[in-house]
Parts: sequence; C-alpha cells; structure tokens
Amino acid sequence: MTTVEADPVVPIIRISRDFQATPGQLLRAHTDPELFARWIGPDSLRTRIEQWDARTGGSYRYVSVRDGAEFAFHGCFHEIRPDRIVQTFTYAGSPDQVLLETLRFDDLGGGRTRLRTQSLVESFEVRDAWLKSGMETGVDEGYAKLERMLTDDTV
Amino acid sequence: MPADTLSKVFAALADPTRRDMVARLSVADATVNQLAEPYGMTLQAIYKHLRVLEEAGVVSRAGGPQPRPVHLEAGSLDPMDEWIERYRRQAAERYQRLDRVLAEMNEEHPR
Repeated sequence: MTTVEADPVVPIIRISRDFQATPGQLLRAHTDPELFARWIGPDSLRTRIEQWDARTGGSYRYVSVRDGAEFAFHGCFHEIRPDRIVQTFTYAGSPDQVLLETLRFDDLGGGRTRLRTQSLVESFEVRDAWLKSGMETGVDEGYAKLERMLTDDTV
Repeated sequence: MPADTLSKVFAALADPTRRDMVARLSVADATVNQLAEPYGMTLQAIYKHLRVLEEAGVVSRAGGPQPRPVHLEAGSLDPMDEWIERYRRQAAERYQRLDRVLAEMNEEHPR
C-alpha cells in the first residue's frame, strides 16, 4: 500500500511503500540509469536519460517524452549511501523551484524493504502545486487505469 | 476548488492549536468558551484562530444570539484529501512499475 502524507506544519510530502526487494536492489533501481528509466515516468511517457552520475556530488538530467512534447528534469545527488539517497529535483518548466528529496531504504528483513521518500519545497503554495500536478497527471492517465491501479496496489 | 482556497485550508491547519480545535469539533460543535478551555489562552487569541479557520471555510458559526456554537465544515477538507489521493495513485502506479523492475532483477540475480 502506498501512503502519502502532506505535512501540516512544513511544506513536505511524504510517501511510504514496502517492496519485495532488498535495500541494495532498491538502491540499484534508483541509481542504475537503465533501470531507473524503466519505472520513473507515467506509462504514457518515455524517459530518456541525458546525463547521469549517481555518486555523492554527482548530478542527473532526464527527459520525459509524450507525443513529441518533452519534459526535462534535473538535479544533484547530494549523498548516496546504501540506506539513503539525498537529492535535489527541478522540473525545467519551473526552473526556480527545487525539491529536496530524501529517500530511505529501511530493511524489513525477509527480503523486504520500506521505501520512504520525503520531498521538501519552499512554500505551501509550491507544495499545493505539486499535489495538483499529481491530480492532472492522474486525469490524463484515465480513470479506468486508476481503478485498475487501486485494485492492484495491494502489496 | 481554486489553488488559493486550498492554500488557505493548508495554512489554517498548519497551526497545532487550530488542528486540535478541528479534531475536537469533528466530535461535536462547541461554543468559543468550550473551545478555549484547554488552551490557557486569552479569548482574543482563540477568536484569532477561529477567524483563520472561518476564512478558510473550515468552520462556521451560525448567526443569532450568543453563545453561537462553532461548527466544523467537514466538506471543506475533502478537496485536499482528493488532491492527496490522486497524487497517491500516481505514486502507486510508479511503484508498481518499480515492482516489475525489481522482480526482473530478482530473476537475473536470485538472492
């Protein structure tokens, strides 16, 4: 089950989800560009990695493509270690906005890992815009698909 | 719902006292005096919090003679829930794709 929480005190969005995988595998899925490109974008988008240096102090840039429209994203890998990634994230369409993201891989034992992500933005207004963008994409993806997702997402 | 209205709701709930008021009002309506009781604040401070909640449409007070009970407009919190829910669905979909990638990694390199 994916849970999302919008913190009422600071402009943070938290997401939590358990996976049938080790922390090491989750780290690889986040740092190997070929693996990352296969899952990050919505189904309707194709992701093209333009630059990728997944090391502490490195940076990344990727482009999501749909019907010729391109959406570019970039940021820095502030710190990468076995149980945690700290990175920045900017959508090129809003170049002044930067998210500070912390991803934690909590080993639950038995080959299961809890992924906890925390995204901090500069104001509640910006966070609301992010939440709203989630809504718009959801609408684009189509209601039937959302229904299927809801029933499938029972892990 | 316009974004600025949602921002008002978020801002109204950003304060711990106001969150506590909302939690108590979700159980039952209360007068301002009843609301003020646990906080050790002046009535003036309580009215200030109430005004923020009222302007965000989170609570309302009926007109008429005192004491006028404060009422939680439960529906005012729904749009926020809806936005978060859609955002959640988007994340859930992303993580299902990640599930598939992880499953393939397992096949390539069994633990």
